[in-house]
Amino acid sequence: MIECKNVSKNYKSPSTGSGQAIENLVLKGVSFKINEGEFVAIIGPSGSGKSTLMHILGALDTPTSGEYFFDGKNVADFSDDELADVRKNKIGFVFQAFNLLPRATVLRNVMLPLVYANVPKEKREEQAKVALKNAGLEEDHFYHLSNQLSGGQMQRVAIARALVNNPSLILADEPTGNLDTKTGEIVLSTFQSLNKEQGHTIVLITHEMSVANYANRIIQIKDGQIIKDEKKYEGDRFI
Amino acid sequence: MKATDLFKETIAALLANKVRSGLTALGIVIGIGSVIAMIAIGQGSQSAIQSNIQSLGANLVMIMPGAQRGVGMQVSQGAGSAQNLTTEDATAIAQEVSFVQAVAPELSSRYQVIYKGKNTNTSIVGTTAAYPSVRNVQISEGVFISDQDVRGAAKVAVLGPSVRDDIFGAGYSNAIGQTIRINKINFKVIGITQAKGGSGFSNQDDMIFIPVSTDQKFLAGADRLTTISVQASAQSAMAQVQQQVTDLLLARHKISDSSLADFNVLNQTDIVATASSVANTFTILLGSVAAISLIVGGIGIMNMMLTTVTERTREIGLRKAIGAKKKDINLQFLSEAVLLTFTGGFFGVVVGWLIAFGFSKFGNILTKVSLPSIALAFGVSSVIGIIFGYYPARRAANLNPIEALRYE
Repeated sequence: MIECKNVSKNYKSPSTGSGQAIENLVLKGVSFKINEGEFVAIIGPSGSGKSTLMHILGALDTPTSGEYFFDGKNVADFSDDELADVRKNKIGFVFQAFNLLPRATVLRNVMLPLVYANVPKEKREEQAKVALKNAGLEEDHFYHLSNQLSGGQMQRVAIARALVNNPSLILADEPTGNLDTKTGEIVLSTFQSLNKEQGHTIVLITHEMSVANYANRIIQIKDGQIIKDEKKYEGDRFI
Repeated sequence: MKATDLFKETIAALLANKVRSGLTALGIVIGIGSVIAMIAIGQGSQSAIQSNIQSLGANLVMIMPGAQRGVGMQVSQGAGSAQNLTTEDATAIAQEVSFVQAVAPELSSRYQVIYKGKNTNTSIVGTTAAYPSVRNVQISEGVFISDQDVRGAAKVAVLGPSVRDDIFGAGYSNAIGQTIRINKINFKVIGITQAKGGSGFSNQDDMIFIPVSTDQKFLAGADRLTTISVQASAQSAMAQVQQQVTDLLLARHKISDSSLADFNVLNQTDIVATASSVANTFTILLGSVAAISLIVGGIGIMNMMLTTVTERTREIGLRKAIGAKKKDINLQFLSEAVLLTFTGGFFGVVVGWLIAFGFSKFGNILTKVSLPSIALAFGVSSVIGIIFGYYPARRAANLNPIEALRYE
C-alpha cells in the first residue's frame, strides 16, 4: 500500500558568513514497504530521522530524492495542493500534543476533517459519532468542550478525528508522549484493537521500545538509515 | 470547503475571543460611524444652502447695476454704483427676450417707517405685480400690489411679517387698512406676506413692498431700478435668457465691449453651483478626516489578525495536516477580517445615523444620511477587511504545516 524507494532528505542550513551552506543529510536512502492492515512502529532515538520520515509518510513533506508510492501513486513530486488532497482523503494524524481545537465541542473537533472533505452536513455527525465510539470515548462526553477533557480522553478524540474519514493510513506521532503510563496503555490498546478488529493500517512513531512492542512490525532507524526491520509472530500466526 | 462551513468557522473563531473581536470592530464602528455622520452633516448643509437659494424664486436671473464709467474713461467706481437700470429696460426684457416667464423690476432702499408712536428702519422695495411669482413670495393677508396700483402710482404697501411685528406689535391682526408713514409719506397697508425666513442674502420677511412707480416718484425721485428679476420659463433656458438679457442691455446702453458692461447678470444656477461646491469641499474635508480614523481602525484589524495567526499557528498546522489547502486557510482568515469589518461597518452605520440624528435634533443642523453613503460605508469596510486581512491571511496560508504543528 505504501512503499518508500531509496528515500533521502537533506536540509540546507543557511550559509554562515564565509562558509558554504552545510548539507544536512537526515534520511539516507530509506526503502521499505507497508501493506494494508499492518501495524508498524518506527522507532529511533531523537535525531535519527524518524520525524522526517513520518512527515514524508504523512505527505506533509516531500523527499529530496527517491520515490514514495501511496496507493500506487508517486507522491514524491506532488504539489502542495495535491499533498493536501492526499492528507485529506487517505491519512489520519494523531499527534503527541493532541492538537484539538480548544473552545470547540468534541463533536466539532471530530467533524473538522469532514468539513474540508466536503462531506454533506447530515452525514458528518453520524460519521463522527461512529468514529468516537470506535476510539472508545463515552457518549456523554460528545458535547463537552475539548479542553474540559482529560489527556486520555483528548487523545481518544484525536484518534476519532483521525478515523472519521476512513483513511487508508493512520499516522501516530508519539501518541503517548503526553500521557501517563496507564492512560498510554489504554490508548495503545485502542490502536491495537483498531488494527486487529477493523483492519486499519497504523504507523506509530516512538522512541520507546515498550510503546513499539504494541505493533506487529518494528522498523528501527538510526542516523537516517534503517538498521532493523522485523515482524513479530504471535503464536503460530503471522500478522 | 463550502461557504456555509466557512461562515460557521469564521463565526466560531470570532466568538472565541469576544472582547478582542469587539474592541477591534469598535475601531471600524468609530471609523464608519464618523464617516457617515460627517457626510450626513456635509450633505445636510449642502441641501440647506440649496433650498435657501431656491427659495429666492425658481429659475431666477437677476440683473444688477454694474460699475459706472465715464465716457472713454477707465476709472471704475465699483459695482453697484451705476444707476442706469430703468423701468424701460425691464419692459424691454419682458417683450424682447424669449423664454421669459415674468419680469419683476425692483427698486430697493432703506427708509424710516412710522406707525403712531413706533418706528423702524427697513427695506422698501418698489416692484410690480409680478414680484410674488418671480421671487416666490406668498400673501397671507390682503392682496399684493396690482398692475393698477403701479399704473396709478398708488400709495399702498404690503408688509413683511417682521415689519408688521415691529411697527404694530407681534401678531397684530388688524394691520390691513391702517396707514403707515414711509419717509413722511402716508401709505395704506393692503397686504401682509407669509413668513419665509432668511434666505442667506436678504430677509424677505423684513421688507415693505410698494408699487415701483410710487417708489420712483415719491421716494427715490428718479427712474432707476436696483434689480431686475427675470424668471425663465425653464431651468434649461436660463443660460439662453442670461445671454439674451446681456445682449439686449448692452445694445440698449450702447456698450460695444461686453467687458465694460454697466450691469451684472446673475444666474441662480451659478449661485447654487458655487454654494454647492463650497459645501461639497466642506463635506470632503469632514469625510477625509473621518476616513483617517477608518484607516486607523483597519490597522487595528490587521494587528489583531496578525496576533491571531501567531496564536493559532498550531491550529493552522492541524488544519493543514487534515487536508486544508492554502486557499482554505487564506479564505478563512480573510473572511474573519472581512466579517469583523463588515459587522463593524453595520454598527458604524447605525452609530453614524444616530449621531446625525442627534445633531439635527439637538444641534439644529440639517443632516441627511443618504443611501449611497451607507452603501459606500459597507463597501469601504469590506475593502478595508480585505486589504488589512490580506497580509495576515497570506502569512497563515503560507505557514509550513510541520513547523506550525511544532510551534510552541
